[in-house]
Amino acid sequence: MGYYEPLQELDEAYLVAPGSTLAEVTEDIASVTENAAPRGWWIVFMGALSLLALFGGTVGYLFYRGVGVWGNSSPTYWAWDITNFVWWVGIGHAGTLISAVLFLFRQKWRTGINRFAEAMTIFAVMCALIFPGIHVGRPWVLQWMFPLPNQMSLWPNFKSPLLWDLFAVGTYFTVSAMFWFVGLIPDLATLRDRSINKWRQRIYGFLALGWRGSNRHWQNYERTYMILAALSTPLVLSVHSVVSFDFATSVIPGWHTTIFPPYFVAGAVFSGFAMVMTLLLVSRTVFKLHRVVLMRHLELMNKIMLLTGMLVGYAYAMEFFVAWYSGNEYERYVFVNRAFGPYAWAYWTMISCNVLSPQVFWFKKLRRNIPVMFVVSIVINIGMWFERFVIIVTSLHRDFLPSAWGMFSPTVIDLTTYLGTMGVFFTLFMLFLRWLPAVAISEVKGTMPQADPHHHDLVPEGAE
Amino acid sequence: MSAASKTEPKKRVALVLAQFETAADVIHAAAKVRDAGYNCWDTHTPFPIHGMDKAMGLPDSRVGWLVLGGALTGLTAGFAMMWWMNGVDYPTVVGGKPPFTTPSMVPVLFELTVLFSSFAAVFGMFGLNKLPRHHHPIFESDRFRSATDDKFFISIEAEDPKFNADKVRSLFEGANAKHVEVLEEEVEA
Repeated sequence: MGYYEPLQELDEAYLVAPGSTLAEVTEDIASVTENAAPRGWWIVFMGALSLLALFGGTVGYLFYRGVGVWGNSSPTYWAWDITNFVWWVGIGHAGTLISAVLFLFRQKWRTGINRFAEAMTIFAVMCALIFPGIHVGRPWVLQWMFPLPNQMSLWPNFKSPLLWDLFAVGTYFTVSAMFWFVGLIPDLATLRDRSINKWRQRIYGFLALGWRGSNRHWQNYERTYMILAALSTPLVLSVHSVVSFDFATSVIPGWHTTIFPPYFVAGAVFSGFAMVMTLLLVSRTVFKLHRVVLMRHLELMNKIMLLTGMLVGYAYAMEFFVAWYSGNEYERYVFVNRAFGPYAWAYWTMISCNVLSPQVFWFKKLRRNIPVMFVVSIVINIGMWFERFVIIVTSLHRDFLPSAWGMFSPTVIDLTTYLGTMGVFFTLFMLFLRWLPAVAISEVKGTMPQADPHHHDLVPEGAE
Repeated sequence: MSAASKTEPKKRVALVLAQFETAADVIHAAAKVRDAGYNCWDTHTPFPIHGMDKAMGLPDSRVGWLVLGGALTGLTAGFAMMWWMNGVDYPTVVGGKPPFTTPSMVPVLFELTVLFSSFAAVFGMFGLNKLPRHHHPIFESDRFRSATDDKFFISIEAEDPKFNADKVRSLFEGANAKHVEVLEEEVEA
């Protein structure tokens, strides 16, 4: 264990409301899955289901008519679909950052939010994978993307960044899902042991794999968890780097830059934290998780958003500098066109949402103000969507020859596809909140004073 | 608990289970069980307790070695796959690059190394822990349900060569156990 025994002697701040007992933590988190769902849950779930139906209809229509139902046309063959793909993958990144990177850095406060964030990662990556899947035009031969024998005896081209992307996002999804499930096992056992009826006992019992809290198991379990964290850390950095290679290895001005991998990763973490914040604030209120999700957690997340927001701002500035410094007229034109051309409104939306809005977090009062952070978290995700839109559409719509210039305008189907994936995401997320422990019960307990075998040596009898 | 069976099934003692109230109690008791020389025993806690591996005298986990094996498998398999598919079986020239070339392999090699390592970590952990195992005599105890909530347990199995139910009971009682019970399992006919 080691990493998160509470250092009371160092006056470390509490990560769980002081005076809470182990049983209260179990009760707070597990009872969410046992009690009737609050009205707020039903409202969001019904909304999500409606969007899911919209998704089904839209994708059915898309498959029936073909990708021409979207606004994509010469020269912008990548538009909302790839924007949405990059946006969703990026959102996923915060989950891995919280669960893996903060774990390696011994940031104990992550235990209050990591389960949420990991679930968000998995659902966001699922939404992301939908877009390249439906963008290929012939989804019935999707298996051609994989290195499988086919009737043409052809193999995929492993020199293509698009194929790297398949491996990167596919690996990321698989590893994140395993990491999530491994983390869930002890908590599923908690739900099994609290079962109020036979079905809960059977289902949670089946999923808990017969976990009995054995220390011989915990030993291998913790080692596995640490190794998965260590594997996920370079993995998460690689995923958005590889996504950026889709652009950076091309010769399109505005895409062909070496800053893309770190710039994309910073943006991904930024948008992911914003999404975790949005979801966390709503769930914390609806399910009354105030004992385990403290203001301290929210404040720390806001600090990370301030940092990554400025990293992204630095990347925007550096892109301009390099365009000027390169002396390449196409490169220079793309950037002047981004800021002052026909899509300038999208560019300045991006700048205001991503660079200006997080600056409010310099002030402690605003950093600890729930309405402010809720609004900023949504504004950031709007901004990050526009960032991908700006990168993709403004770079493509002015080709090398003015005769090939064009403008992109989305269709209703573009909009409903995007809203539809929101339905996929929120339906899965609401089911997760309702049926699985939304906070990592065993990990939170490990950060409490009772978890420290020396707790009673340090606290005099009766002083609690 | 086969209430449906007509004849009373034969039962034998499977293990002795002791309940403790605090992490400190269970870790001190574990050290006593270790010093008494038992082999087939375990502690059961709602969360991993720092120092318990040492108190139980456990050797280091072997998961890391399995992961190394997974990593090398992923790396080699990925390299062999790309070399054979693009370099040997159906060489194609795309973008003027040679059919078989190593720099462009790096991203896929990395991803496959991570993927196979993670499989080794997760499934290796299940293998070492002998999970899933949905039936275990310890689940016969109703008290044991709180092992995933807020109580701490130590079990000594009857399989242990030094096992003697009375001695085990007095060992636990001398180690500040709040409750000790003997659990039975059915003997197969």
